[in-house]
Amino acid sequence: MHHVIIGAGPAAVSAAEHMKKLDARSEITMLAAENVPPYSRMAIPYFLVGNITPEGTYLRKNADHFENLGINVRHGRASSIDPQSKSVKLADDSTIAYDKLLVATGATATKPPIPGIDLDNVHNCWSLADAHKIIEKATPGSNVILMGAGFIGCIILESLAARKVNLTVIEMENRMVSRMTNSVMGTMIKDWCVDKGIRVLTSTKVDRIDPGQGSALSVSTNTGESIAADLVICATGVRSNTAFLEGSGINIDMGVVVGDYMETSVTDIYAAGDVAQGKDFSTGDYYVQAIQPTAVEHGKIAAQSMVNGHVTASPGNVNMNVLDTVGLISTSFGMWMGVDGGDESELVDKENYQYINLQFKDDVLVGASSLGMTQHVGVMRGLIQTASPLGEWKDKLMANPTRLSEAYLAGAQAQDQKNSA
Amino acid sequence: MSWTKKLLRVNLSSGTCTEEPLNMQWANDYLGQRGLATRYIVEETDPACDPLGPDNKLIMATGPLTGTMASTGGRYSVICKSPLTNAIACSNSGGFFGAELKFAGWDMVIFEGRAASPMYLSIENEKATLHAADDLWGKSVWEADGMLRTKHQDPQARIACVGRSAEQGCLYAAVVNDLHRAAGRSGVGTVMASKNLKAVVVRGTLGLGNIDNPEAFAATTKAGKAVLAENAVTGQGLPAYGTQVLMNVINEVGALPTRNMRETTFEGAANVSAEAMAEPRKSDGKPNLTTNGACYACTIACGRISTIDRTHFSVKDKPEYWINSGGLEYEAAWALGPDTGVDDIDALTYVNFLCNEDGMDPISLGSTIAAAMELFETGAITTAQTDGVELKFGSAEALCWAAEATAKGEGFGRDLGMGSKRLCEKYGHPEFSMTVKGQEFPAYDPRGIQGMGLAYSTSNRGACHLRGYTVASEVLGIPEKTDPLESDGKAGLVKAFQDATAAVDSAGLCVFTTFAWTMDDIAPQVDAACAGDWSTERMMEVGERIWNMEREYNAKAGLTGADDNLPARLLNEPANSGPATGRVSELAKMLPEYYEARGWTADGSVTAETHQRLGLPG
Amino acid sequence: MQKSLHIDPAKCTGCLQCESACSLENEGIFNPSKSRIKVFNFHDEGRFVPYTCTQCDEAWCMQACPVDAIVINAETGSKDVLEDICVGCKVCTIACPFGTINYNTSSGKVVKCDLCGGDPACADACPTQAITYVDANATGLDKMRAWAAKTDNATS
Ligand SMILES: Cc1cc2nc3c(=O)[nH]c(=O)nc-3n(C[C@H](O)[C@H](O)[C@H](O)COP(=O)(O)OP(=O)(O)OC[C@H]3O[C@@H](n4cnc5c(N)ncnc54)[C@H](O)[C@@H]3O)c2cc1C
Ligand code: SF4
Ligand code: SF4
Repeated sequence: MHHVIIGAGPAAVSAAEHMKKLDARSEITMLAAENVPPYSRMAIPYFLVGNITPEGTYLRKNADHFENLGINVRHGRASSIDPQSKSVKLADDSTIAYDKLLVATGATATKPPIPGIDLDNVHNCWSLADAHKIIEKATPGSNVILMGAGFIGCIILESLAARKVNLTVIEMENRMVSRMTNSVMGTMIKDWCVDKGIRVLTSTKVDRIDPGQGSALSVSTNTGESIAADLVICATGVRSNTAFLEGSGINIDMGVVVGDYMETSVTDIYAAGDVAQGKDFSTGDYYVQAIQPTAVEHGKIAAQSMVNGHVTASPGNVNMNVLDTVGLISTSFGMWMGVDGGDESELVDKENYQYINLQFKDDVLVGASSLGMTQHVGVMRGLIQTASPLGEWKDKLMANPTRLSEAYLAGAQAQDQKNSA
Repeated sequence: MSWTKKLLRVNLSSGTCTEEPLNMQWANDYLGQRGLATRYIVEETDPACDPLGPDNKLIMATGPLTGTMASTGGRYSVICKSPLTNAIACSNSGGFFGAELKFAGWDMVIFEGRAASPMYLSIENEKATLHAADDLWGKSVWEADGMLRTKHQDPQARIACVGRSAEQGCLYAAVVNDLHRAAGRSGVGTVMASKNLKAVVVRGTLGLGNIDNPEAFAATTKAGKAVLAENAVTGQGLPAYGTQVLMNVINEVGALPTRNMRETTFEGAANVSAEAMAEPRKSDGKPNLTTNGACYACTIACGRISTIDRTHFSVKDKPEYWINSGGLEYEAAWALGPDTGVDDIDALTYVNFLCNEDGMDPISLGSTIAAAMELFETGAITTAQTDGVELKFGSAEALCWAAEATAKGEGFGRDLGMGSKRLCEKYGHPEFSMTVKGQEFPAYDPRGIQGMGLAYSTSNRGACHLRGYTVASEVLGIPEKTDPLESDGKAGLVKAFQDATAAVDSAGLCVFTTFAWTMDDIAPQVDAACAGDWSTERMMEVGERIWNMEREYNAKAGLTGADDNLPARLLNEPANSGPATGRVSELAKMLPEYYEARGWTADGSVTAETHQRLGLPG
Repeated sequence: MQKSLHIDPAKCTGCLQCESACSLENEGIFNPSKSRIKVFNFHDEGRFVPYTCTQCDEAWCMQACPVDAIVINAETGSKDVLEDICVGCKVCTIACPFGTINYNTSSGKVVKCDLCGGDPACADACPTQAITYVDANATGLDKMRAWAAKTDNATS
């Protein structure tokens, strides 16, 4: 059985390793478009700060890791696939035949269609190659503009701040990280950044970018301001890498639409990670989450389906994020924005940048977000994903949401007692 | 080292918090906690000051072993001048607050002045902040604790707090930490409230390093724990029964003061004993005692965690008390039980909960209620004062009513909050007050345990068992058995216990360790933790120095040898039941021997020579 | 036979000797806030519950790590954080459904229980045998794991 995986990111590596675990004899080929060993985009920010070398971003540290496992890593870019003949065509026109195929091509950062976006010193921050260029230009004291204060933008923000650049953040939305924060939390993150000397412009749009005088670029905003910049980093959005699947008959929406076994609409073809539009645990809707833990879990489920058949359906993945914005740690899980007819429990301490928000449906935790919390944060996931009825702990959490770990443990203990009874 | 060498000074009048280096010369002479904080009090305050005025200072102090892995190394004390006794007050508490203070990087906090309006202090490592506490004022300790925890969004914060009794001026109000651990005696809570300070919230994540000799410390603390584990009292008795193990024992030796100390045995003792706490009750089949709980680093775990019978009259309509919380310790059980003649364990547990909830010393509360019951019996107090309640010995209802009124400082509760001495004076019977220096007695009748009479009368903070617990020797045979009915040799015994206890307190350890540990077990632990050479002899000398310093403070506060006294009842009225029948306290014989052993003058003053020998301040 | 930490909450008195010991072993100082094992105090119920990583088979933390900074200790079976490889991204802390891998703000890395390499300091310090280090099949850990498995997307 030859499993071909297109892509060499976390989803691909997770899938390949699980396949080997489930069936040591399967033949696996992992196709890597970038000319580096499989690496993690997530680690790029730490490379930018200078905490790690490029090797530090590699998904597996041992150079022989994949070889030792019998996983064949082949460099090359897929340009199309042919489900009829069950083959993948590469950019160099060679083909690889597959029995089962996993599409794990991830996503690509996009640039908004504004004048000047293709100028020399405007970059995405998505690949190791991008990172090398940014490191060269984001020198201490240089003027850097970060377009987009979404999740990825905020992560890069941290690294840029650490590089001691003169940073201005421009965000279209009225708050930072709008995908994981409500207005209270988003505003607190902004205040924190401003307090740390970062200029943050929310509800502001970049209209155009021009070559600058005295500096490389001049950025004009819809509020009529022109800001001089040596470097503009664009973190305004990403798009799943599906272009090469055109004509394959695979159903594509925002990403490759997959079912609960990570199967696509075409037999023997699966998809995982940022490229896949999979089931969201909380809503049951199909949606591109584009986060690392989901990529890894997708990879695992796909591997199971491809090796063992469609046995274990995925209940969907909990959308979750953790973010460190110049030292302020935020998290969000599941339906942090709440659900209809649900209850919420929130504590706000603006002065000390402490925040917690829990969302319940009946006595089940369905979502949560926090600021300034570092201990036992994982139990938020645990409670959401096990959908444990909280019973009397619901009221206790309504009164004091910080007692989460106790609530979790009370549930686990009760379970333990039940099991031994 | 093991000290953080840093203290926090909080001036409530000016609203400032400042860091200061710890006076290490003093730390060498007074070790820490009780001794060291008293040294600061002596230096910085006028002993004649109004205890409830802005010139009194209040110190929360840890010892060098507080926060370490030494067994029971979690204690702190609250030190100030007492409004109950007008003498030095030093009340020791366990729980987790003291260790947390240390982990935040502080050996002690000195509070001075008085805030214009209610405040609380938060300490997060080096960051100390005063906050308005108007919303907390008027709230019980338990309510305030919950509010602060929520406000600071920190389930791990440790909180010390005063209750409504303190706000209302009850003179024996406690500082309660961790919901049910208390610096209970002498009204240290009253002083805290008089400064308009409601609570202290601490979170320490810095930890405690600088142990002088880490390897030796690991070895000696481990050996110490083994000694505690193997000892019958600390390894079995206290964990299983708590201090309540004493209820039946002390009753049997005829030293269980009963009905305001008129009698020395209590017919209902078995009903309120440790054994009774373990007995399943009829209503729900559960015992009063749920489990035992420990203070920070304590390998004894004598703490009681109890529930009240939900069908009991005191709580049947109050589900907020259907929880587990700190249960009865012996002294509390005695004061609320035998001394008031009440043998209803649920009533006692309920009142004990109230003492924690609103910060009252259960010994003083029980004793004061007992005195009020005697006043009621003689007609000095009538139902006109008590809202129609029959304040009779043996009435559980009356006990609960009186405790509730005192907790909130309402009606007759305000009279009860004055303590037994002032109450009995007010109602014309000072002889009914079972106090020394204005502080109520604990649970050992000096007629049946002679050494305790001397210990009570000479205790620097007024009647107290925790200043020289000769019960250990006279009843339990630790370190060696002496005859409780015999007064010979008790002067030396009392002195030795007093000095040793002062040193143990000052190290940051719990005196209950001394059921198993001698100073030879303790000194090596201090020696390994602290710079310098800490021998048994040096520890005893430090203890003696502390004792004499406290004595000199009290002298300057106006106390004399005449205050080393016992109520006439114990000196003149012979015990009427049990093995001590026919005996009175032989204080008059023991006291001169004690003064001499101490190197004091015949009227109880520290001589210049003793002052010099110990290198006392001033 | 690999060993596991066996926790019997009924025996725990809440003294935090385990937290002290853990912090001393791993941080070199007494600092319960940095302990890998945490004792939860259910005050109203009169219960103390020590809690730490179960070294679960799924090792959510390990799988989520983008840089392979969490590895299985061949000898003890524990999942160990390699401090010099961890970049401090904290993804593992949200991935672990038990909340037993935590970010340490002072080091900028995460910390979790590593069974002290096979001689857990917490078990040694516990005065009541509420924490013991015993043969894995005797621990009842399987029960916790069964419960934990409900978190799994795809139980194999
Ligand atoms: C700067 C940055 C910070 C991030 N921080 C976080 C974070 O903190 N937390 C979090 O959860 N997520 C974070 N993410 C997102 C996370 O990195 C992605 O969700 C994750 O990498 C998705 O994994 P994947 O395997 O699906 O896709 P990718 O990692 O994008 O991997 C896709 C792979 O496919 C290859 N490929 C693409 N097209 C082809 C082709 N045609 N032929 C062959 N190979 C192809 C690529 O070269 C790559 O190897 C971050 C991303 C970035 C860029
Ligand atoms: S930290 Fe959590 S996910 Fe990792 S091994 Fe332990 S229990 Fe499993
Ligand atoms: S914090 Fe460290 S160990 Fe955890 S996922 Fe990130 S790199 Fe891995």
